[in-house]
Amino acid sequence: MLVEDPHRTTRERPVGHPTLTRADREALLGFMVGMRTFEERGVALYKQGRTPGSFYDGHGQEAIPVGAAFAMGPDDVICSPLIRDLGAHLVRGTDLTEIIRHHLGRDNRLSRGREGNVHFGDPAKGIVAMVSMLPDMFVVAVGMAMAFRLRGERRVALTFFGDGATSPGAWHEAMNFAGLRKEPVVIVCENNGLAYSTPTSAQFAVSPADRAAAYGMPGVVVDGNDVEAMFAATHAARERALRGDGPTLIEARTMRMHGHGSHDDARYVDPAVLDAWRERDPIATYAARLQGDGVDVDALRAAVLDRLDAAVDAALATPLPDPASATDGLFATEEPGPLGRGDAPWSGFAGPGDAGGPGRPAGAGDAGTGR
Amino acid sequence: MSTPLTRAPDAAPAMAPASADRDVRTMTYLQAITDALREEMRRDDRVLVLGEDVGAFGGAFKATEGLFREFGADRVQDTPIAEAAIIGTSVGAALAGLRPVCEVQFADFVATGFDQLVNVAGKMHWRTGLAVPMVLRLPSGGGFAGGPFHSQNPEAWFMHAPGLKVVAPSTPADAKGMLSTAIRDHNPVCFLEHKHLYRRIKGEVPVGEHLEPFTAKVVRRGEDLTIVAYGAMVHLAAEAASRFEDGRVEVLDLRSLVPLDEDAILASVRRTGKVLVVDEANETCAAGAQVAALVADRAFSDLDGPVRRLAAPDVPIPFSPGLEQAVLPTTDRIAEAARELLDY
Ligand SMILES: Cc1ncc(C[n+]2csc(CCOP(=O)(O)OP(=O)(O)O)c2C)c(N)n1
Ligand SMILES: [Mg+2]
Repeated sequence: MLVEDPHRTTRERPVGHPTLTRADREALLGFMVGMRTFEERGVALYKQGRTPGSFYDGHGQEAIPVGAAFAMGPDDVICSPLIRDLGAHLVRGTDLTEIIRHHLGRDNRLSRGREGNVHFGDPAKGIVAMVSMLPDMFVVAVGMAMAFRLRGERRVALTFFGDGATSPGAWHEAMNFAGLRKEPVVIVCENNGLAYSTPTSAQFAVSPADRAAAYGMPGVVVDGNDVEAMFAATHAARERALRGDGPTLIEARTMRMHGHGSHDDARYVDPAVLDAWRERDPIATYAARLQGDGVDVDALRAAVLDRLDAAVDAALATPLPDPASATDGLFATEEPGPLGRGDAPWSGFAGPGDAGGPGRPAGAGDAGTGR
Repeated sequence: MSTPLTRAPDAAPAMAPASADRDVRTMTYLQAITDALREEMRRDDRVLVLGEDVGAFGGAFKATEGLFREFGADRVQDTPIAEAAIIGTSVGAALAGLRPVCEVQFADFVATGFDQLVNVAGKMHWRTGLAVPMVLRLPSGGGFAGGPFHSQNPEAWFMHAPGLKVVAPSTPADAKGMLSTAIRDHNPVCFLEHKHLYRRIKGEVPVGEHLEPFTAKVVRRGEDLTIVAYGAMVHLAAEAASRFEDGRVEVLDLRSLVPLDEDAILASVRRTGKVLVVDEANETCAAGAQVAALVADRAFSDLDGPVRRLAAPDVPIPFSPGLEQAVLPTTDRIAEAARELLDY
């Protein structure tokens, strides 16, 4: 009841699946396993009192950020990964140790201890950090896309937000700007049935995908627990944006399987609903499928865990930031340089023709935990 | 006719204030703003202007007149009525390497785009190291029956939000020079342009490239009292000062509120020993309150009298001219307060 949207869904389907090699599939699974493994450790560190503030995870939603980010070329930007989107960072190559340092409030390159939990980006990988206010970064992403369009560049901005972010006025303004000007922005709405404790039935009368048409863009409903469906839909949206046809709103249907954050036991959610969704776990189902194809899933998990252990050890050994640094750097004093390029591990970017250039060859060995 | 929006200028020249032998032209405060936009857009292809009705129409006050014809629709963009999107997409464009100048039709409307300014733009560099080079042009101020929604002086809102620069020029030359400096700054700059000065104030403005630093300036010398003011109040303060003997009352034009030129304020007050701080804005937590606190804290032993303030009372700005004049500081009231302080 919490997740079954009573409204019509858009029938426009993504056209075909762009080719995924076996290495691509292993990488997709590796990134999803990486996200889950990291977040399970994150919850543990939080409960041990080692992580100040709060901790949020995207358990059960891994297919969305991983599948979407996997469709991005190196010059595309992500503005921004939100609380359920760690997988997007892993795909783009944000350094895992830096991410853990950031969570622990240790000195780190991403936020210097000024920010916590999911509030980080990596400019070197073309990722802009989120702010809390929803959906402000969607508006910013539209502006980045505008700059790309005005300069005639072949690149897009990818933005993420939840069902809850489709109610503030800023969402309407961003949708209207993006549709009106056909900005090359790829919009991923993660509809996990809940905004904190509030179900979608108490949030809106018309689903986000159905609202898209009103802004002059297609709204596509995708199974958010199917990583290849997410990849295909995002790939199609990116292609459309690069053709100059404007934005696409992808509504990824899924379920928030944990509390809003680690502080929330979510007893307001019907356990039967969670049980039903657990059957459709994006990692378990994909792992079973790849196992059937002969992929050594256990070895992949072990590799992910090894990398995580090493990163956590390194992060825990890192000092806290110098208290005297809290007041520096309020203003920029130098001409800003361009954002860096993110990793683009999809094999489709390795070939000639795309904006791509060489992406990182993705294999099970280093997939899923960044570098 | 659109320009590629890619070419950055080769090198920035040193900040050169107008010198006596420079070419100057007499123009209004408003024309000086247009002149700055045109100069900077010619110099740097990354500069673009966006806002409501700023295109072919030239803006509600005509500040962007002629720019659309010269630079085209990509660089002089009409937007829907959506301040959060105007400011938010400018933040994005700035992150992606452009230098947007947004016009907020009236400063009062910035409230509807505030979140993007204070939470996204202002905090960005400190949080992430990413620069947000953008300018928000804010036609502000009262004095012409604009009423409660078209007369505000919202500068203190921005002063209280870390990461924003806030400037408020009072003369045509400063309007041009400081807007040019703002466009070249690597940070979000709130540029408060006083509507009442637009067409009333004329002055000599250097032709071509002209930059003014974000510092204060003594606009009238005096030995017995300093009046600190900015924006439209500088003109009232200067007129009030002229009612006293020459050389008695000094007028310091702050020009920039963030950064605040503390050295210039302290130097003047230490010399005169008395200070009157004038704001057109509402009194509580106004820019002048910061100046008063600074003087009390750092120049106490140099003072020969109390720090006095004159500002609008804490009510919205009324419409009816008599009511409006009852709340805005006037030349008479400034002169009266100056007289009391001189006699103290
Ligand atoms: C404008 C705004 N108001 C309130 C909040 C506090 N808040 C943080 S997350 C959240 C729920 C968001 O729900 P949704 O967008 O569906 O994302 P999900 O947590 O389900 O991934 C709320 C209310 C916020 N971040 N932004
Ligand atoms: Mg949600």
